[in-house]
Amino acid sequence: MARYVMVIDTRRCVGCMDCVVACKTENNVPEGYNRDWITEEVRGAYPRPQLEIRSERCNHCANPPCVYCCPTGASHVHAQGGVVLVTHEKCIGCKGCLAACPYNARFIHPDGYVDKCTFCLHRVTQGLQPACVSVCPTHCMHFGDLEDPQSDVSQLLQARAHHALLPEAGCQPHVFYLT
Amino acid sequence: MPALSRRRFLKISAATVLAAGVASRVTRTFAAAAGAGAGTSGVHRIPTFCDLCFWKCGAIASVRDGRLWKIEGNPLDPLCRGRLCPRGTGGIGAYSDPDRLRTPLIRTRERGEEKWREATWDEALDYIAERMQRIKAAHGPESLALFSHGLGGTFLKHTFKAFGSPNIAAPSFAQCRGPRDVGFRLTFGEEVGSPERTDIENAQCLVLIGSHLGENMHNTQVQEFATAIGRGASLIVVDPRFSVAASKAKFYLPIKPGTDLALLLAWMHVIVTEKLYDADYVAKYGYGFEQFAASLVPSTPEWAYPQTGIDPETIRATAREMARYRPATLVHPGRHVNWNGDDAQRSRAIALLNALLGSWGREGGFYTPASMDVPDYPYPDYPKPAKPKVDNPDHRYPFAHEALTTGIRDATLTGQPYPIKGWLVYATNLLQSLPNQAETIKAIQQLDLLVVIDVIPSEIAGWADVVLPESIYLERHDELNVELFREPFVALRQPVIASPHDQKPNWWIARKLAEKLGLGAFYPWQDIEEYLAYRVKEAGLDFAVLKQNGLIRGPRQPLYFATGAPAAFGTPSGKIEFYSPQLEKAGFDPVPKYVPPVAGPPGAFRLLFGRAPVHSFSRTQSNRILSDMMRENAVWVNAGVARRLGLKSGDRVCLKNQDGVVSNRIAVKATERIRPDCVYLVHGFGHTSRGLRHAFGKGAGDAQLITRYKTDALMGGTAMNVNFVTLEPAEAV
Repeated sequence: MARYVMVIDTRRCVGCMDCVVACKTENNVPEGYNRDWITEEVRGAYPRPQLEIRSERCNHCANPPCVYCCPTGASHVHAQGGVVLVTHEKCIGCKGCLAACPYNARFIHPDGYVDKCTFCLHRVTQGLQPACVSVCPTHCMHFGDLEDPQSDVSQLLQARAHHALLPEAGCQPHVFYLT
Repeated sequence: MPALSRRRFLKISAATVLAAGVASRVTRTFAAAAGAGAGTSGVHRIPTFCDLCFWKCGAIASVRDGRLWKIEGNPLDPLCRGRLCPRGTGGIGAYSDPDRLRTPLIRTRERGEEKWREATWDEALDYIAERMQRIKAAHGPESLALFSHGLGGTFLKHTFKAFGSPNIAAPSFAQCRGPRDVGFRLTFGEEVGSPERTDIENAQCLVLIGSHLGENMHNTQVQEFATAIGRGASLIVVDPRFSVAASKAKFYLPIKPGTDLALLLAWMHVIVTEKLYDADYVAKYGYGFEQFAASLVPSTPEWAYPQTGIDPETIRATAREMARYRPATLVHPGRHVNWNGDDAQRSRAIALLNALLGSWGREGGFYTPASMDVPDYPYPDYPKPAKPKVDNPDHRYPFAHEALTTGIRDATLTGQPYPIKGWLVYATNLLQSLPNQAETIKAIQQLDLLVVIDVIPSEIAGWADVVLPESIYLERHDELNVELFREPFVALRQPVIASPHDQKPNWWIARKLAEKLGLGAFYPWQDIEEYLAYRVKEAGLDFAVLKQNGLIRGPRQPLYFATGAPAAFGTPSGKIEFYSPQLEKAGFDPVPKYVPPVAGPPGAFRLLFGRAPVHSFSRTQSNRILSDMMRENAVWVNAGVARRLGLKSGDRVCLKNQDGVVSNRIAVKATERIRPDCVYLVHGFGHTSRGLRHAFGKGAGDAQLITRYKTDALMGGTAMNVNFVTLEPAEAV
């Protein structure tokens, strides 16, 4: 069984938002909404601040509260890679999952259903990388199978210090940031 | 100045062989030839090259069921290596922008009122041609000037030269990279070019002085920058703002704005006095080193400390760091460098520092670029203008080797050395790019004709007598891109989809205008494809392959002196001029000398501006995809200063400059990422053109606040970081 993850190198990332733009065109995300976004976290004071730039999105959690709270089964974990998806036809737009997600990764699409990052499963099944990963000019983003010890992502997580977001929420997020 | 060019053109046959090889590998990748996308079902992938900025990355547009879907990088393209920047990826937003110009317009009210009537192309071009002829009859053809930015202006320049005017300029010189090019020419006899010949990917130590790579999204540079960071190259960043690049630096130097030359001199002082420079390289290629070294004696780190705010130990440590990795230490020349008025000399100091480190012509420094040999189309000879260029009378700025936009503006205002009565403005928003908008508007009022050709209703279009709507890059052919680069190649821009309204490509406009002016003989070709196919064939290349793949690459040439690139310098001495007799003869400092920057009124902040990765100049704010990434700019204010002023992030203020000019309302970004003595804006916002319905009034424009500028005495560049603002509560103004 594959376990898909994303590993993002914050040292290389410049926060250019190409990932956000690519997601928008690939997935036809409507104006005013985005499935991924850039966070800039500043610590310390001038002239010695520290800055971490992160490309963020749904963490495709292994313990996903959005799935547990969905009354219709629209939010579900897909058999392939443990990707968390929303079946638009089943979604009633109740927003329970929006409240449950600690990452604010979900939004109500103007057509009435909940929308979010899919890890571009439609591309992955064709052997392509997710759109955000494939365009990144700094090559800071990596996508792959954590179960495969030879994969890029496994090797990077082996070799480099990393963290995930809000581990205290207990959702077991699967987007990792190399520091 | 002698112009020895190190451009090395490739032999045609070699390029052809390689092209054939490349073609056979990729033919299957691209399903459709150009133009096959629209109106047919399925996904068609059509190669072209991008126009969201001037980098001209190879792109592949996907058209799905007749509609534009997405644009990706062309993997064959050595500039983008298959990955576009966010603007390129968001290029389809330029196509679908509802604020685009749709049809030719002729002014019906006073200039600047933005009132027009729709016109046919014939009517609009007749109007322009008639007025051009009238100006020619009264003043001569030289009294018409063309402002043109980018490759798209090629054919308009041709029409202008055929008409007999030598006055063609772009803000990219006097308002952008000019001082850098002059500083490097004076030192190495050559420029760094565009794309810059910086070997960032092989640098062991990279020094950025005010250059904010990553926010400034020049694709190849950013990719190489990330590669260098990824393998742990040492990075030194000098900037009053803690830029994205600064956050990745080993050394961040929070310099007092406008004092970079003092730091450069102190660095060179350390490298020379501690004998850390590349002595063999200097001895072999250098001229006037002894006089140069002697002039550096007083420029100690202790002298530079109070000027720059950088302590002597940091100056020494960073100088030694650079020397440690030489010659693979690259002191980046930057791009937009019109800052303080000392810009050509500061750029020369950057060139000299690189020369000390021996990085010019060396791996990890500056490589030697090459381009393909694609012969020009055989046009008739242009008429010889009766008058010299208007922009730089009596060579007032002796080292200006390109035309000065602001010189043309001066001539328009004063009528000296001769009157300028018509402007044709292509793809450059002069009201946002030239300093002091009032001067530009006053100059416009002296004109008998102002024509603007653009894709969107920019601010300058608001003042035009005639506005001509151009097709965007995805809808048109253009001149070939024959780039001088790390790897030679030729690239084709070709239509992906039809223009949605009555827009026309620049080549069609230029050709039609020439016909109306009775200059049809200068356009022996009927159609652009005929022209392009001719040039490609003359180069010994296959046009069908170019259409199929979007570009054809040539064989790589030696990049470094050590691997066979010629170590020749186009200076009068034929050497790297540490001491410049040219400058001395013209009455300037033969070795750069520091002059403290202009000081502002007490309590005011120096206004700095720069780039965001998702916008280009003032031309992408109405692109709905890119606007979704960044809808407006914010004014960066040091967090401590903001606290003192009682401001927090998100509060609205107006910026008021030293001359009383007040900006639009703008949000505060209170941040630990900037010095307390300056504020920072991303350029290109605060649109005042009512035609830009979506971008109108969002954020504030630096251009409005840049009422003062300091002219570089060597080359006429207009330094713009000499304006100061206070923050006023938005309610008070």
